[in-house]
Amino acid sequence: MTELTIVQAINRGLAEAMRADPDVLVLGEDVGVNGGVFRATEGLHKEFGADRVIDTPLSETGIIGAAIGMALYGLKPIAEIQFVDFIYPAFDQIVSELAKFRYRSGGQYPCHVVIRSPYGGGIKGGLYHSQSPEAYFAHTAGLKVVIPSTPSDAKGLLTTAIHDPDPVLFLEPKRIYRAVSGEVPDGEHRVPFGEARIAREGSDVTLLAYGAMIPTCTQAAETLAASGVQAEVVDLRTLVPLDEAAILASVEKTGRVVIVHEAPRFCGYGAELAALLAEKAFFSLKAPVQRVTGYDTPFPYALENLYLPSAERIVHAARAAVAAG
Amino acid sequence: MTDPPALVPLDYSRDTLAELLGPDWNDSLVRAFRWMTLARVLDGRMLALQRQGRIGFYGPATGQEAVSVGAALSIGPDDWVFPGLREQLVALARGHSLTTYMHHLFADDLDPARGRQMPCHPSAREVRYVSMSSVIGTQVSQAVGLAYALRYRKDPSVALAFFGDGASSANDFHAGANFAAVWNAPIVLCCTNNQWAISVPVERQTATATLAEKGVAYGLPGERVDGTDIVAVTNRLRAAVARARSGGGPSLLEFVVFRMTPHSSSDDPTRYQSADWMARARARDPYLRLEGLLRTLGLADDASISTWREESDASVRAAIAVAEAAPGPAPESLSTDVFAPNDGRPAPS
Ligand SMILES: Cc1ncc(C[n+]2csc(CCOP(=O)(O)OP(=O)(O)O)c2C)c(N)n1
Ligand SMILES: [Mg+2]
Repeated sequence: MTELTIVQAINRGLAEAMRADPDVLVLGEDVGVNGGVFRATEGLHKEFGADRVIDTPLSETGIIGAAIGMALYGLKPIAEIQFVDFIYPAFDQIVSELAKFRYRSGGQYPCHVVIRSPYGGGIKGGLYHSQSPEAYFAHTAGLKVVIPSTPSDAKGLLTTAIHDPDPVLFLEPKRIYRAVSGEVPDGEHRVPFGEARIAREGSDVTLLAYGAMIPTCTQAAETLAASGVQAEVVDLRTLVPLDEAAILASVEKTGRVVIVHEAPRFCGYGAELAALLAEKAFFSLKAPVQRVTGYDTPFPYALENLYLPSAERIVHAARAAVAAG
Repeated sequence: MTDPPALVPLDYSRDTLAELLGPDWNDSLVRAFRWMTLARVLDGRMLALQRQGRIGFYGPATGQEAVSVGAALSIGPDDWVFPGLREQLVALARGHSLTTYMHHLFADDLDPARGRQMPCHPSAREVRYVSMSSVIGTQVSQAVGLAYALRYRKDPSVALAFFGDGASSANDFHAGANFAAVWNAPIVLCCTNNQWAISVPVERQTATATLAEKGVAYGLPGERVDGTDIVAVTNRLRAAVARARSGGGPSLLEFVVFRMTPHSSSDDPTRYQSADWMARARARDPYLRLEGLLRTLGLADDASISTWREESDASVRAAIAVAEAAPGPAPESLSTDVFAPNDGRPAPS
């Protein structure tokens, strides 16, 4: 075990995967000598060379298109999109190509590609360095969507992603890249997809969240505990595949749910969770499902703290759920 | 009324052909002609079948066959092909089974992709022919990535990326050309300029005089080639492939051809093409141009040509009969191949 931040854990995961398998390579903007603008690829260029840690021209469609081609041949490229806000030039390659190659070729052309990208607000990044676009991708059949919230999960889920034969979008909560540190297993460490983590146990209300919202939910849970409300925090870890069983088990216990994400509310990932609860947990629910999310606006620069779900808003929603039944 | 322009003959001496195509030039040309014969027969039959409602869609390649056959003659079995819209003949001429292709056209259960794609989008990994989408241009940057992988693994193969004149305006042509040159990737970018993107003529697609010159902006050698001349196509492609294979880098070839059919079975070109287009196109028919050359050289005559046509007709009819009798895709195939099987996902509840 080593005490690492999330970004250090990602860096370890990348380096160890590259040491283990010469087919793994990294490409993106500034990932080489500079080690990535967040330093996630620090040291890789020196250890593995410019052919394996590729500083690409500034074209996201080119990066993902090229990564697809490498994977069609049999390599295992890990493409970095510098901020997920800049993934849209590659949306076509991801949605029309990457996600559909296996299906449209009857399994002849799988795409072993990982796309890593920092997402989310809270770093004063304004409209274009703050977004949470996970719902666009979770909506696309053929893509897995993964969002870690702890250093150990960051390495473990990334390692699983790198071994997965299908495309994985790995979204990194950049606000807590360095804010959170924790014990990370040394050497091979895999966290399976489709298994949520109970970040905190509780019996009165379930907080469903992922990524950078986990520490915010945990903070809210502590405030709630002071007034006698025990909140259970469920960290989804992977949005696709989704661990329905863990969600349903928690809701059966608590009967109350608050869904939390940074992305706008309308058609956000929380809407899918709410629909799941309506379909499969209806008779366990004691109160209407609450959502605490970003607003249905672009992501604001000066007012980002107003925009982002806060522990206070979560506490408020949880109290409303408890009061309702 | 002026007479329609006469067929422009392919005018090569035996010595020139030996110089341009190597010692087995005569065998290559006969093989090329026989593949082009098959392609003509196939386009004719499949368009008719589409009209009869027996297949859902068809995208012909009549007028563009010399590019596909020239490509098949210019690369080895380990090289990779990323097709554009009209390069299925490359897969066939590299050994993809006509019957398997027919299963694809009929979208039946024996199509390797289980009828998931529209006709004319085959996937044929056994001949390194990559699955294509309908999205124009996306294959170019993918092909460059594959070419990078070839060099990374020290594989001496090369990649060919095909795309149309319309695709030369799309993002991934520009990204791909740029990445190819920066990476010195072993690839040939093959633009099949049939002078139309559905109804939009190439003059409305670009303000440059040629598409080949777009290579200049990326540091790629670009060359315009008469794509209706199988000899020129093969000679220039072989040079570009040799250059890529030897580490000399990527290049861009523009093959000028004439689209001799509607864009697809869904298109009515009388809405936008002038009356003389087909006459000009026929004067450059790659099939008739090669036929004339073979006759002049004594490599074909009425008897051999009609035999080859009958053989093609018989093999197309036989493949149609097999595919038409095959069952439609099993309902389970709706949800297989979304992800790898047994990938450890929890079973859907
Ligand atoms: C991105 C995209 N936009 C529009 C279309 C619809 N479309 C299909 S083919 C075509 C024209 C393509 O022209 P070109 O690249 O010259 O190829 P050609 O059909 O002439 O072989 C268009 C507009 C598409 N398939 N993809
Ligand atoms: Mg065209």
